[in-house]
Amino acid sequence: MAYAVQATKRLKQFFVEIGELSDFSMRFFKEALKPPYEFKELLRQCYNMGNRSLVLVGVTGFIIGLVLTLQSRPTLIEFGAVSWMPNMVGISIVREIGPVITALICAGRIASGIGAELGSMRVTEQIDAMEVSGTNPFKYLVVTRIAATTLMLPLLVIFGDMVALYGSALVENIKGNVSFQLYFNTVFDALEFGDLIPATVKSFFFGFTIGLVGCYKGYYSKKGTAGVGVAANTAVVMASLLLFFVDFIAVFVSDIFYEL
Amino acid sequence: MNYNMLKKGQILNLEETHMGIDPVIDIRDLRKSFGENHVLNGFSLKLYKGENLVVMGKSGSGKSVMIKCLVGLMLPDSGFISVMGKEIKTLDRKTLDALRSDIGFLFQGSALYDSMTVRENLEFPMRRHKEKLGNVVDTTPLVAEALENVGLAHTMDLMPAELSGGMKRRVALARTLILKPKIILYDEPTSGLDPITAKEIIELMRSIQKKYGTSSLIITHDVDCARVISERMVLLVDGVNYAEGTYAELSKSTDPKVEAFFKK
Repeated sequence: MAYAVQATKRLKQFFVEIGELSDFSMRFFKEALKPPYEFKELLRQCYNMGNRSLVLVGVTGFIIGLVLTLQSRPTLIEFGAVSWMPNMVGISIVREIGPVITALICAGRIASGIGAELGSMRVTEQIDAMEVSGTNPFKYLVVTRIAATTLMLPLLVIFGDMVALYGSALVENIKGNVSFQLYFNTVFDALEFGDLIPATVKSFFFGFTIGLVGCYKGYYSKKGTAGVGVAANTAVVMASLLLFFVDFIAVFVSDIFYEL
Repeated sequence: MNYNMLKKGQILNLEETHMGIDPVIDIRDLRKSFGENHVLNGFSLKLYKGENLVVMGKSGSGKSVMIKCLVGLMLPDSGFISVMGKEIKTLDRKTLDALRSDIGFLFQGSALYDSMTVRENLEFPMRRHKEKLGNVVDTTPLVAEALENVGLAHTMDLMPAELSGGMKRRVALARTLILKPKIILYDEPTSGLDPITAKEIIELMRSIQKKYGTSSLIITHDVDCARVISERMVLLVDGVNYAEGTYAELSKSTDPKVEAFFKK
């Protein structure tokens, strides 16, 4: 009985949170369209989130490319299909692995960062101070951050994909004596707009999700300094889970378009 | 007994002493609850031009809630709040922001923006109130003047993390002054500071009041702060104004609830 009560309570909490998150995203669109616009802060956030994530995304992408190729080689050799390596790696990285891995890395770095930053601003009354000084804190802090993650994530995904493909090409070059030119020619021959466009479009949604969850958790952070840690932690967990959910919907929708 | 013990919701009639002047802050029958926790149960208060009014209450008595309702950071459940003749709850965002430029707010923990330098912290309130300052292009003289007022002209390019607690409070005070407000709200201005720094902050508050002729509403539980700075005091007990008078009057009270505030 106690378990049922607890489960009902958690389920209710879950739906309340989903409702609040939807409300938060509606407020984002409402505030984003209304002037004044905070372009300077938006650029600063784009720099913070984009430029400062480049190394992390680059290193991860490179290693993913290397590992994926190294792991696949023996099996493909066994089936006499090693010439399909660039096609396989290219499509899997561009369509799925690149966007999802980059988004997960950014969820860890950016969503937790936003959650902790806004949470600490809430606890130390900096958000209240902003409101009292006549600046709309939602517009200045939330809109700029969500817009920055939405704009920067597709760029980071493209960068991550490029580096991952380079890592894969390096392995093929060393182990299979395939030239970089041949490798990339084969990759680009295999790729179609139908691979690139859905992946890029879903990257925008990934970016939006990361920014939205990070800001939501931080902006409504409670319970003092302990709440800041909770905000950062739950932002990563919630953003990561939602990313898979968004990915599923994106793949499902793009699959319908493929069949048409 | 010269001070005034008040009935629930009652406030003193100070019209005579203030010659019929309208108060700059008028709060009547303010109520605010958080679930079952009834924080304010009909609190009322009037602040007159140029006056230093101290509101004292125990921690958790609703002092900060009251001051936040005053600037529209929180919505009261019921009651009337008017600042300089404008009723807060009837104002749209634009008018409220304009009114807020006449109200300085010194937050309990200073609330300096961590990611900005001292200069940027002081420039921040000017972004939306340039007209009030005559559309100035170069804000450096204004920032320098505000920092000089608090004796920290040399800190302009430092980050808040590089400042001590007392310095942060002074910079926050400078940020409060940058828009030349008519009313300053102080939320526990001396909390978390050592006695010497607290004394310096109190002196600074007095000098600012003298220099700019501002009206001040000071929320505190620091008796020394109240003694030095108050012209009138309101004691907030159980969500209502329990007693009102000068420091000298209230400190001599034999009422146990009033006495409790002044016991060392």
